[in-house]
Amino acid sequence: MNTQAPPTLPKPPSKLKHILTAVIVVLLLWASAVQTETSLGKLYNGLPNMWDLIEEMFPPNWAYFDNIAGPMLDTIRMAIAGTTFGAIIAIPFSILAASNMIRSPWIYQIFRFILNLLRTIPDLLLAAIFVAIFGLGILPGVLALAVFSIGLIAKLTYESLETIDNGPLEAMTSVGASKLQWISFGVVPQILPHFISYVLYTFEINVRAAAVLGLVGAGGIGLFYEKTLGFLEYDKTNSIILLTLAAVLVIDYISTKLREKLL
Amino acid sequence: MIELRNVSKTYPNGTKGLNNINLTFEKGEFIVIVGLSGAGKSTLLRSINRLHEITEGDILIEGKSITSAKGAALRRIRRDIGMVFQSFNLVKRSSVIRNVLAGRVGYHSGFRTLFGFPKEDINLALQALGRVNIAEKAYIRADQLSGGQQQRVAIARVLAQEAKIILADEPVASLDPLTTKQVMDDLKKINQELGITTIVNLHYIDLAREYATRIVGLRAGEVVFDGPVAEATDEKFAEIYGRPIQEDELLGESAV
Repeated sequence: MNTQAPPTLPKPPSKLKHILTAVIVVLLLWASAVQTETSLGKLYNGLPNMWDLIEEMFPPNWAYFDNIAGPMLDTIRMAIAGTTFGAIIAIPFSILAASNMIRSPWIYQIFRFILNLLRTIPDLLLAAIFVAIFGLGILPGVLALAVFSIGLIAKLTYESLETIDNGPLEAMTSVGASKLQWISFGVVPQILPHFISYVLYTFEINVRAAAVLGLVGAGGIGLFYEKTLGFLEYDKTNSIILLTLAAVLVIDYISTKLREKLL
Repeated sequence: MIELRNVSKTYPNGTKGLNNINLTFEKGEFIVIVGLSGAGKSTLLRSINRLHEITEGDILIEGKSITSAKGAALRRIRRDIGMVFQSFNLVKRSSVIRNVLAGRVGYHSGFRTLFGFPKEDINLALQALGRVNIAEKAYIRADQLSGGQQQRVAIARVLAQEAKIILADEPVASLDPLTTKQVMDDLKKINQELGITTIVNLHYIDLAREYATRIVGLRAGEVVFDGPVAEATDEKFAEIYGRPIQEDELLGESAV
């Protein structure tokens, strides 16, 4: 056995980077707390209030379910309509943003920029804008969700498009296919399961988003949050929360199962 | 008839892929192109249906220049040239028959093919599958098949396409010796029975000798041999390869 140490032992890497990272994180946390006037003392003082609120929420007002079943269905309808419109418009967007579908960087970079822009606008802001344009009701909510869906579905789809197998595309070129045939025979069968999965995923997100859009007057169950909170009817608020939770859980479960089957 | 006139291909980085190639392929020939990897076999084959662009010269298919063809005219020329790839290039999630029917798209408008194919096309696709002995697999997904079966589906696609020329780019490189023989037999049978001009890139020298009517040798993007099989002696191959033939360039007795 060789007991002699090798001539140059590797030095352990410096820990300085980790220590610096930790210091920066703590500093940021402290500075944010100071700037926003957050303190643990306030949290402690607020605890009894929180407890009071929770006490007032229970038991939930079961009779109120009759009033909110309709708006809850409206919320789901908004999510379905918004996701569907968004998904349809997302199809050309995702093709135009994929570098293996469109050779010109000018075109696909412009469409990527538009998609990034769409995703940076919060859905509540979109809803508020559409309410200002179209007035109160379900329509501005549907439009807000549709715009949000375009950004999300098209982004996920074009990234998947760029990873599809190029072989079948080459084969379609070699048989003399037109662009439409090239896409419908070479691209669509490869991307379709991914696309459907993204649409379902976006639908899950949209149901949750639709539940609060009512806060800015864009229809659905959100309006009732504001109403009951305003009248201090916390037992009713609790009913809304429970119903929303149940609806979201059921939809998420079904959607997740469907997506598992697809891929 | 395929004519390559002074064909050269220079890559953007300055490398010469093909250097002043002049070749004429007659109808019904079974041509095998041999050469080391990197000699330009694949580039040459893919230039013929313009999957690769050439930088100089002209390529004529039945007297029409594919080099200058555009849009519908280019698609019309490509419709007559079937291609078989090393990696089969099937849509794995689609059924076998849909993959074969993909060969028919050049005969219809894009709008028409969105709504399925006419009965005659489906019969043609089934006949094509029958010719390569896998008609019973028509309605299962392509990814359920073995490599050799997938390559036969790809050949059926070319048959359904009613191509007048078949280009096969290393069609057996990812297959075992037994399936290699089946696939090469299919190509040969189609060549003889239907008179389809067939150009195949091959790595194995003994396979080239067994199936070809004419052998073209490439070295560094230039044609260094062009003649009937009888003239392609071991010495000639050593010239093409720039060194004596090695063991792994022979498929071996087992399959041949």
